[in-house]
Amino acid sequence: MSEFFTLYNRMSTDLDIILKKYKQGKREDLIPLLQEIQDHLGYLSEEAIVKTGSFLGLSTTKIFGLATFYDRFRFIPSGKIQIRICHGTSCFLNGSQAIINKIREETGVMPGQTTRDGNFSYEIVSCMGGCCNGPVINVNGEYYTHIKAEQLPELIKRFKYIIEND
Amino acid sequence: MLFTIQVNNKKIKAEKGETILSALNRNGIIIPTLCRMKEFTPTGACRMCVVEVEGRDRLVTACSQPVEEWMKIKTHSPRVITARKTIVELLLSNHPDDCLYCDRNLNCELQRLSEELNIRERRIRGRKIKPRLDQSSPAIIRELSKCILCGRCVRVCEEVITATSLDFINKGRETHVGAAMDRDFNFSSCIHCGQCVLVCPTGALHEKHNITEVQEYLNKPEIIKVIQYSSMVVYGIAEELGMRYTREFDKILNSILRKIGFDKVYKTGLGTDVCISEIAGQLSDRIENKSDNPLYISACPAWVKYTEQFIPSLIPQLSTVKSPQQITGVLIKTLVADQMGVRPEEIFSVSATPCMAMKFEARRDGMMRKGISDVDSVLTVRELARLIRLYGIDTSNIEHEPADEPMSGRSSAAIMAEVSGGIAEGVIRTYHYQKMKKEPDKQIFKKLRSGGVFREISLMVGETEVRVGVVDGLTGLEKLKASLAAGKKYDIIEVMTCPGGCVHGAGITFNTSKDEIRNRAKLVYQSDETEAVNLPCKSPSLINLYEKLLKSNGEIADKKIFFTHFEKRNVLL
Repeated sequence: MSEFFTLYNRMSTDLDIILKKYKQGKREDLIPLLQEIQDHLGYLSEEAIVKTGSFLGLSTTKIFGLATFYDRFRFIPSGKIQIRICHGTSCFLNGSQAIINKIREETGVMPGQTTRDGNFSYEIVSCMGGCCNGPVINVNGEYYTHIKAEQLPELIKRFKYIIEND
Repeated sequence: MLFTIQVNNKKIKAEKGETILSALNRNGIIIPTLCRMKEFTPTGACRMCVVEVEGRDRLVTACSQPVEEWMKIKTHSPRVITARKTIVELLLSNHPDDCLYCDRNLNCELQRLSEELNIRERRIRGRKIKPRLDQSSPAIIRELSKCILCGRCVRVCEEVITATSLDFINKGRETHVGAAMDRDFNFSSCIHCGQCVLVCPTGALHEKHNITEVQEYLNKPEIIKVIQYSSMVVYGIAEELGMRYTREFDKILNSILRKIGFDKVYKTGLGTDVCISEIAGQLSDRIENKSDNPLYISACPAWVKYTEQFIPSLIPQLSTVKSPQQITGVLIKTLVADQMGVRPEEIFSVSATPCMAMKFEARRDGMMRKGISDVDSVLTVRELARLIRLYGIDTSNIEHEPADEPMSGRSSAAIMAEVSGGIAEGVIRTYHYQKMKKEPDKQIFKKLRSGGVFREISLMVGETEVRVGVVDGLTGLEKLKASLAAGKKYDIIEVMTCPGGCVHGAGITFNTSKDEIRNRAKLVYQSDETEAVNLPCKSPSLINLYEKLLKSNGEIADKKIFFTHFEKRNVLL
């Protein structure tokens, strides 16, 4: 289960190493650059945005404005366990709202937020392309299909156990 | 090339390449607009200016659509009017209904549009925007619930001021205009120039009001109330109060201000004269030392903040002379206090300016001594006009009074400081006079007064060549940089943040056209032509100050109070 933590460990990767791959002052690289930073750090920190701004010669305001336009970018660190819940039409009909409610109940945070201990975060996405498989959730890159709300407490307990014993 | 198009069944002439809107406007047909700003490329975002073009299924935006020969346009057909009305109704659907308490009441473009389109009820009800009031900035207040997302402030900040401290954040229903990281304004790279306030169609952006504060002090009999006003305020107040400007208007203003309850009325002009003479002294030192770096005039507080945060490498080259407002302020708190025999904290010093960044400047580090600020409160022209109306002063029938000594007189070089390039011109004139004992030929300054965002001249003062650069609006910095990179040398450079200088300041009347701004500048040049005292060093007030008053007061004799310091500023760029 070590793939769960690759995301977390990669946070230590230095920003400068990422920036070095790109050309200075080339504005069109902004989105790929932000995507790469997000992949490595799990989120766009203020420091990352300011550094990217001075690297590409863009104002922090502009970068923040652009990044908030896209759902994919987040500005607070994701949890060690990042759950994405499909809220597409098919999953919705199969009861994804119940899943969202259950996860909110279990973690106690709203979508897009992270629990205070930094363990869990979840977000709602539009469609993950697994429409025939009922409510689909994705936990740190791994898909779980035909999820029912009753299964969730046990699933979350399992994740917690993994975090505590690693 | 002219051709005819048909508008509302009438034939009008249109020019090739222009937009429908400009063709219509030229022929006297008015179409409402909202997001449009004249000097900018059209965005067609608000869709207020839609017209019906025969043969097109959809309505087209007149502001962005080029006019074509075959066009048959209907500008006020039922379909068009319904569309425009719906747009305004949708804008109003989530707008707070607090016009009576709004800063822009009776002066709001949205209010005007809904009146023009005869909207008499709230037909569409939307979810109200969550109110958010950002009062963190010393000059500009944001009320996000009143924002209609026209994007004018975003464009001005990026394209005219180049500070880019505003942008759209989030998307869809969540969209709002904000600064970096959606933090409050005091963290942002805002330079408080206030050009965004000037273009805002609603009350979403407005200046921080100091009226209540001033009123409170006006009611305190034990405090001495002092006001200083700059030359631009005189024009601005005449405009705001709808009075005709005459050369004697400053005397009327003195009388008005005394009626409100100010004990002493001074002119910022003397501070400008001091500022110009001190900078001329610094320029003289610089030329003698054969220094390679130019001297940047630091009279524009927005430019100073811009330097501190964006180009900190220029800070050592900034002239350390305070701005005219602060010099006058410090003179009031030292010289006047001394003359009247009161402690500085017993004086409440107000400044009326056409500028919004001055509100920020009065709160700067180094602008107070022993915990007492030099300028206690700054009012924009609009605020001062409000104060005059509040006190119900009959402006039509009023006597003429001179300003108070020792700050009653100024040279015409001081009035020139209100236009871009004026301070540089004053400094050069003074320098020339000091070296050559005569004034330079006025023709030489023609190139400094108009012609693009970056202007330069070089003139001979005796044997030495003095090279002057003027950056008119921060967009001119690019040209200056290119010029410096090409190896050109300058002795003195003036930078004004607002295009045109203080005549285009953010504290003056809303909705002024380019022509009106040009007219203000014309008045300034006229005063310079006609007034007798045209050099700071010839002004009796300044001579009196330098020869007598400064020497009589031990605290200020070394002129240290005229200088300040600048530091690198850490903000979210």
